[in-house]
Amino acid sequence: MANYNSLYQEVILDHNKKPRNFGAIEHPSHHAVGHNPLCGDHISVDVVLGDERIDNIAFQGEACAICKASASMMTTAVKGKTRAEAETLIQEFLAMTTGKLSHEACPNIGRLAVFAGVSDLPTRVKCAILPWHTLSGAFNAVETTSTEAEEDPMHAPIGDA
Amino acid sequence: MSEIQAALKYNSPSTFDVDGIRADFPILKLTVNDKPLVYLDNAASSQMPQQVIDRLVCYQTTQHANINRAVHYLSEVATSEFEEARRKLQRFINANEEREVIFTSGTTDAINLVMHGYGRKFIGAGDEIILTTLEHHSNIVPWQMLAEEKGAKIRVVPINDAGELLIDEYEKLFNERTKFVGVMHVSNALGTINPIKEMIAFAHARGVPVLVDGAQAVPHMKVDVKDLDCDFYAFSGHKLCGPTGIGILYGRAELLEDMQPFKGGGDMILSVTFEKTIYNTIPHKFEAGTPPISAAIGLGAAVDYLSEIGMDAIAAYELDLLKHATEQINAMPGVRILGTAEHKAAVISFAVDGVHPHDIGTLLNQEGIAVRTGHHCAQPIMHRLHVPATSRASFAFYNSMDEVDALIAGIRTVQKIFT
Repeated sequence: MANYNSLYQEVILDHNKKPRNFGAIEHPSHHAVGHNPLCGDHISVDVVLGDERIDNIAFQGEACAICKASASMMTTAVKGKTRAEAETLIQEFLAMTTGKLSHEACPNIGRLAVFAGVSDLPTRVKCAILPWHTLSGAFNAVETTSTEAEEDPMHAPIGDA
Repeated sequence: MSEIQAALKYNSPSTFDVDGIRADFPILKLTVNDKPLVYLDNAASSQMPQQVIDRLVCYQTTQHANINRAVHYLSEVATSEFEEARRKLQRFINANEEREVIFTSGTTDAINLVMHGYGRKFIGAGDEIILTTLEHHSNIVPWQMLAEEKGAKIRVVPINDAGELLIDEYEKLFNERTKFVGVMHVSNALGTINPIKEMIAFAHARGVPVLVDGAQAVPHMKVDVKDLDCDFYAFSGHKLCGPTGIGILYGRAELLEDMQPFKGGGDMILSVTFEKTIYNTIPHKFEAGTPPISAAIGLGAAVDYLSEIGMDAIAAYELDLLKHATEQINAMPGVRILGTAEHKAAVISFAVDGVHPHDIGTLLNQEGIAVRTGHHCAQPIMHRLHVPATSRASFAFYNSMDEVDALIAGIRTVQKIFT
């Protein structure tokens, strides 16, 4: 069984309390809203994708500490990165939180390794991945996405929340 | 145990032998995350006493065969035990006749049966169905499906901030197009006990039948369908210390007889040719296919168990638990109870300032405490109370006062982590 205390670490509690890049961007180049119908949580992600790099990114919404901290840390992690680098990070984050890869096997994961413990909590995995899911939706011009969207490659059914 | 011993054991809340009762429930001995399990998710599903487990084992090891079919020994035993379970349920809810007790797969199935069997036959275009803001999705969605199919309209009884139905508004919703009322007896999300007897009398005075969703009432209080005078009453076995996959629809015999079958198949027919099928009499008309025989017999054993303790003693003891928990939570800064109706069952939905319910659920689980977090399949209430979700502690008669204290300590721990 997971040690839940390891999930609610200082860094996650801090990002929950003082989320970075929280808010909206007036003229984003990419935008999506992510929704977790199992708990009603929703966040929106705005991205300004320049010629080469993510110039700006922001998120806002109503969500639990795991989701909000994940979104906050995601924005700090991908800001300044290329779209390809961000997409690699999305794949690594999803692989780690769904238990497919250990955090050691994710070369770019860095501080986001604090979310590794969520893989032992099937009902909370979706909280952690919702922001990443939404960023992926924004990149692919999917305006509204959901952790339950069947057509989405990230769809991973879990029980009723 | 003799009857006198039983009476002494479960006499009143002050003498309610919760330790003795807990000993009947093997699962309560579990530890979760190295802490004793504190199971406070009884509104979602209750636990099963050894007496019911033993009954299921006895059935499977010595009595199982298909029912209503063969002439051999086991089939006769199984049929007779299955019908005996129906009579136990009939007595438990004080129905007039055993044929008014239909085995379904649960409350949802029972409500869908009424929607298909009664609604599709008797509700048409322009007709109105009255529901309430408190309803579980299972008593909303089937009626929406019907309304869409028939062009009928759904009217909704509002609630006040305490989570009580506004009865004046309920009465104002009636008109000559009102054809049906669906109302829950006890709110799963807030614990409100609705004044259904008065609501039924008002509807009946206007010739309107009433379905009561009793999933959260039957496990916690004495329910007498004759006294309530309801037309339909639906509940589930697994919230009643019984198995999953079994539930009951009580229906007034004359209404059940007029209704069309819900599912077609074996057991629900008297004769079948490709030209014409003659349906069986009630209750069999509504029990197509092989029913969950062992689950029905297990549910019979569960209501025997509950009856021995006494539903009045259970209700009184649970009220003590509710009172103790409510007082303690009200004294905690930063914690708010959602649902403060004057008449409540032992359900406490609560919010902790600055902490999302899912984080509360995960952190309480760390302490071995099982609560439900989310919208409780009652999104209209969440919208009305302007919260996306709540945390909910729902009690049963096997919960102890110490477990209430464990919940309070757990909430304090959550608050400490988030400050």
